[in-house]
Amino acid sequence: MTGDTVLQVRNLAVEFDSIDGTVHAVNNVSFDLKRGQTLGVVGESGSGKSVSMMSLLRLIAEPPGKITSGSAVFLPRNGEPVDLLQLPKRWLARIRGDRIGFVFQDPMSSLNPLMTVGEQIAESVRKHTELQGSVCRDRAVELLEHVGIPGAAERYNNYPHQFSGGMRQRVMIAIAIACNPDIIIADEPTTALDVTVQAEIVDRMQKLTKELSISVIWISHDLGVVAGIADVLMVMYGGSVVERGEISRVYSHPRHPYTIGLLGALPKLGAAQKRLVNIGGSPPSLFSPPRQCAFAARCPWVFDRCKAERPPLFFATGSHSEDPSAHGHVTACFYDLEKDRRRDPDETGIDVTAFEVGQQG
Amino acid sequence: MQRYLFTRVIQSGLLMLGVLVITFFMVRLTGDPARTMVPRDASPERVEQMRVAMGFDDPLIIQFARYVGGAVRGDFGQSLHYRAPSMRLVLERVPATIQLTLAALGFALLFSVPLGIIGGSRPGTIWDTLARGFGLLGQTVPNFWLALMLIVVFSVELRWFPTFGRSGFASVVLPAVALGFFPLGQFTRLIRSAVLEVRSEDYIRTAYSKGIEEWQVLSRHIFRNVSITLVSILGVQFGYMLGGSIYIESIFAWPGIGRMINEAVQARDFPLVQAIAVFSAGFVVVLNLLTDIAYALIDPRIRYED
Repeated sequence: MTGDTVLQVRNLAVEFDSIDGTVHAVNNVSFDLKRGQTLGVVGESGSGKSVSMMSLLRLIAEPPGKITSGSAVFLPRNGEPVDLLQLPKRWLARIRGDRIGFVFQDPMSSLNPLMTVGEQIAESVRKHTELQGSVCRDRAVELLEHVGIPGAAERYNNYPHQFSGGMRQRVMIAIAIACNPDIIIADEPTTALDVTVQAEIVDRMQKLTKELSISVIWISHDLGVVAGIADVLMVMYGGSVVERGEISRVYSHPRHPYTIGLLGALPKLGAAQKRLVNIGGSPPSLFSPPRQCAFAARCPWVFDRCKAERPPLFFATGSHSEDPSAHGHVTACFYDLEKDRRRDPDETGIDVTAFEVGQQG
Repeated sequence: MQRYLFTRVIQSGLLMLGVLVITFFMVRLTGDPARTMVPRDASPERVEQMRVAMGFDDPLIIQFARYVGGAVRGDFGQSLHYRAPSMRLVLERVPATIQLTLAALGFALLFSVPLGIIGGSRPGTIWDTLARGFGLLGQTVPNFWLALMLIVVFSVELRWFPTFGRSGFASVVLPAVALGFFPLGQFTRLIRSAVLEVRSEDYIRTAYSKGIEEWQVLSRHIFRNVSITLVSILGVQFGYMLGGSIYIESIFAWPGIGRMINEAVQARDFPLVQAIAVFSAGFVVVLNLLTDIAYALIDPRIRYED
């Protein structure tokens, strides 16, 4: 399914002005997204996972937010490549909802309570297509059917409060796929739903995006959900990417201390655990500009270099005989967990501008 | 929807009954009603005569029944001062007051809606400063002082508008501005904060994520939600203005209910005061009912409840 690159993000940095100072919410984030691929982005609250993805389409509040550097080249199916971060707002509005769709976390508050769900879908269709009037309405009904709302034609005139949480999230998905986009950015789409509904939404998203070969950026803090849906995993911490690679690779061979901590903290079925495992310490303050490893204060492998400079991305190879870039598995750590030793000071990090995520067949 | 309306109508009826009870006892709590209705130096015989004439010698319960019976038919007795049916006098003054109130509200909305929206959607800009300035000014400048200043500047100096009375469009301008200045400030502040609040709602982000242009997000998504707030203050303010226009109507000699309250109280014209009190209360109750209906029309969550 995967093929050409559809989105290329390089050195993205986002800051927020606050009363207490500047918050460096996103630092130097780079990644590639392939067509039809699902990129899982995990990290704790405040790790910058949502902010980095929302800022790609300038959906953060500006001010106080500010994109201070980076590029995000979007390569649509039919059309010229554009750098989203350089586009004027009017142009951006043509891409939002048309080429790039969104599904948000809380379906309870993400739909306008005073507008019928049908109208909220039709609004997007009307904006981005030539369709007008009843044809537009028919398309919205069709979309409602597509996401599995029974009695779609009657449901068109319902208001969000007449829908359950799961059904509202399906409406959000209908809005997201309305114009057959290249990418859907899903910001914790299942977090606010109960577990059975979660599974239903995950299945539906997966089915629809595969069917329409839509790339998905799935933001989550639920490693379990991501494991089921993502092709590539990107772990964020303190506003930076700390590890990235094919999902099976990262789960089986985590090579960043934070990822190891995260996976270790997952409760295991059948294990007699009295307490949940946690990562000691607390998340870093993002007020000061990043000059050291964000995880240094909590890391069991920490040494002096981690506090003196910021680790670039290194290849975290699978086995010694293989080409180190074969799995596209990278980690931002000065400690080589593969070989269980500190990296040589002369070992260079990866040039992110040339690097592509998840180079599988 | 029907149950919602039915409940509101019943509640309104109960409220009016409460108003009747209060206005009835109001007269009796301020001393001997017969004595308050005659000149201070009247003879005891004259007081007694008044007591019998007004039926104040009957048991309270009978008096109350008579009062409610009259009120239902719109009969509050003869005005002592005008020697004419009280309610008829009130109704004669209603058009003038409603004209003034509508003009004042129109003036307030004309400026507060754009100011509040611009201020709320562009916080921190010069427009926002302007909106907040107007908001503060409107709520702090006393309207009687403003009325006098308007007369000094626009009637006496510039001679653009008449100083008093009700004669055509020009005469309503100054009283409307004086009366509408407070709600102008209040509306601006409320609309501004409502816009600020709605703007940060998740569904507004959804609208932007669909690629909707800013002005459409504003008109279709933000303003519709802000109008719930607007309708609620409009209802309250309309009712409040009936009472608040006592000064303004007196200053501009506007022949409305506000000025009549002033006259009736000064003349100790109890039947007229009662008629005005019941009428004004009824007006506010009806306004609240209309506000509730407007809520239901705007907000489907209320419309489809139950």
